[in-house]
Amino acid sequence: MNMESKNKKVLVALSGGVDSSVALLLLREQGYEVIGATMKLWDFSEVGGDVHKDGRCCSMESVNDAREVCDRVGVPHYLLNFAELFKKTVIGNFVSEYLNGRTPNPCVLCNTEIKWEQFLAQADKLDCDYIATGHYARTGYDATSGRSFLKRGIDGTKDQSYALWGIRQAALAKTLFPLGEITKKETRRLAEEAGLKTANTPESMEICFVADDNYGRFIREWSGQEIPEGDIVNQEGEAVGKHKGIPFYTVGQRKGLGISHRTPLYVTEIDKENNRIVIGEKEAVKKSELNMSRVNWVSAKPTDEPFSGLVQIRYLHKSCPAQIIPQSADRFKIIFETAQLAITPGQTAVIFDGDTVLAGGIID
Amino acid sequence: MNSIYLDYSSTTPVDKAVAGAMQVAWSEDYGNPSSVHRFGQKAKVRMNQAREKMASLLGCDGSELYFTSGGTEADNLALKGVAYASQKKGRHIITSQTEHHAVLHSAEYLAQSGFDVTFLPVDELGKVDPQQFKAALRPDTTLVSIMMVNNETGTIQPIREMAEICRSAGVLFHTDAVQAVGKIPINISDLGVDLLSFSGHKIYGPKGIGGLFIRKGVRIAPLFHGGSHEKRKRAGTENIAAIIGMATALEMVTSRMDEENSRLAQLSDWFINEIQAKIKDVSLNGSMASGIPQIVNLSFKGAEGESIILSLDLKGVAVSSGSACTSGSLEASHVLSAMKVDDLLAQGSIRFSLGQFTTKADLEYTASILPDIIDRLRSMSAAYNG
Repeated sequence: MNMESKNKKVLVALSGGVDSSVALLLLREQGYEVIGATMKLWDFSEVGGDVHKDGRCCSMESVNDAREVCDRVGVPHYLLNFAELFKKTVIGNFVSEYLNGRTPNPCVLCNTEIKWEQFLAQADKLDCDYIATGHYARTGYDATSGRSFLKRGIDGTKDQSYALWGIRQAALAKTLFPLGEITKKETRRLAEEAGLKTANTPESMEICFVADDNYGRFIREWSGQEIPEGDIVNQEGEAVGKHKGIPFYTVGQRKGLGISHRTPLYVTEIDKENNRIVIGEKEAVKKSELNMSRVNWVSAKPTDEPFSGLVQIRYLHKSCPAQIIPQSADRFKIIFETAQLAITPGQTAVIFDGDTVLAGGIID
Repeated sequence: MNSIYLDYSSTTPVDKAVAGAMQVAWSEDYGNPSSVHRFGQKAKVRMNQAREKMASLLGCDGSELYFTSGGTEADNLALKGVAYASQKKGRHIITSQTEHHAVLHSAEYLAQSGFDVTFLPVDELGKVDPQQFKAALRPDTTLVSIMMVNNETGTIQPIREMAEICRSAGVLFHTDAVQAVGKIPINISDLGVDLLSFSGHKIYGPKGIGGLFIRKGVRIAPLFHGGSHEKRKRAGTENIAAIIGMATALEMVTSRMDEENSRLAQLSDWFINEIQAKIKDVSLNGSMASGIPQIVNLSFKGAEGESIILSLDLKGVAVSSGSACTSGSLEASHVLSAMKVDDLLAQGSIRFSLGQFTTKADLEYTASILPDIIDRLRSMSAAYNG
């Protein structure tokens, strides 16, 4: 037991998967007083989809798995029902963003609005000092800047700091990421050694509440709206095909356009106003500038001065050097050194310095 | 770490004598009561002895007791069974807004299936007004279902009075007595009800067993179809060990009812006074005068119920808000809503339910840790500025 953990109480968010299970285990071993909790975010009876292709998160089995892990480790487990809030904030935003021709990242919103708001509030109510999750990221206090920092996890293949930029300073100060210093491989090994039932749970990649991965079905059912078809146009504005409705396309998309051409064609723009999908060749989908809003300063102290950093614009995007120009308190203009493929409105842009998350926001 | 159980209305531990009687039934008298051979004969005799024992304790005839998988099935059988069997006479059913979900959701199901259901309101103590009740009766009313003791507040309903009104109107009367059995004296023939549900695990018996009293001559459509068990009203091999366990449990709780009630009445009075002396803005839902001493339902204004439960659990005290069957949902209790309890109070309601092993020390400990918990939760509440 180290001094930091002595008599400190932590509420651990458990999904029923291997990562959060091991996070719980590690904290327990470090001497923290640990409480497990699983968030109920949605229900199959509401989100629909193929019941035979059950996603794991929020299913009854995953809640039971989390409960069993807690029983095994010898800590209490509670189910926290945030379904109403999740529906209003995360699912509501997901659907409206797609209907507006944008491509949202609901995990970011869930982290910001649910985990680091509601879950944290619940932890406060239970007199906990910290919350912890199974994210592969690192946090701590930087005495020089006087701020809590957020860094990539050491396992580069599993880093999840990209989706955590929305956490505010006060919340970050109350956060532990026990997996930040280990690799996914070690996580699985630890789970197996401890005989945890969740040792071999599969990786979750898709959006949890769209269990069948069929966004079109989900948006259609959830919005209850007729989604109008429209024209696919080329760079010159000439109609070259028909689209099935703008929510079903994303900037940079290449497949499923139904247009044959000697070179690959990409969606370059979603024109919501005219209900058009604009396509073009690879060069046309490259841009070297973006504007972002809803900026949150994470490890970096807010400044009005331009600075340089590495900017990541998608979960699986390698961050690239860019100049960051603050426009106002929560808006940046980003100028990349080299043009980037598929800068997608609605997605998240995160600014790094090496491994450190300086700030993040949503691409306009 | 303390381990204090104050949730006896959710379920109870199986009494040692009950477990002993069940052990015999499992290992020795294990025959199937429907079998012709001596194993079967013996099982049937044991089962009927248990039935007779329960009948004499409840004030009815053994032939009028039908065993089910529990209180929920008994309630379903009573409501759906009578509704369907009497639908030629009429399709109107009356119940109250504060019933257990086993009754409430069965009634809602019937309403969706073309029956007409009246959900009677209650007063601020949770009681149905017999006069209002009388006025709701119609020529096509076939069944009334009003619970004897409310599972969230402990409020006792004027069952005898309502059963009498029904009798003279020629309407069948059902009461869910799951929370009443073993806690208030019940004599069915004296009460005049036509159907009465009960359960094993609320009285130190096993889970998975309960039953329905069905007065001789009352027609009921079965929920299950299969063998001719329970005179064709409930198919399925009888759960003999559990039946014997439940009968043993009923005998035990009945024999110590008076003594236990006065002991618990003292404890719950002390507890309410102690809490109200230590914590401000605490109100009692229902009243102890019109309820059972086993249930104390308190509202802590501005402190959210779920967080109180979790905080108490972390200190080793088990309580619930409303009934266990609705926990995990964020809606305010339908019982407290029907009693017109203010939302802010209803959200901070906790049911402390006392039982056989509850001691003064348990309540002293609970009362000693509650003030800090409530203070902390109130300090985080935007809605509380007491």
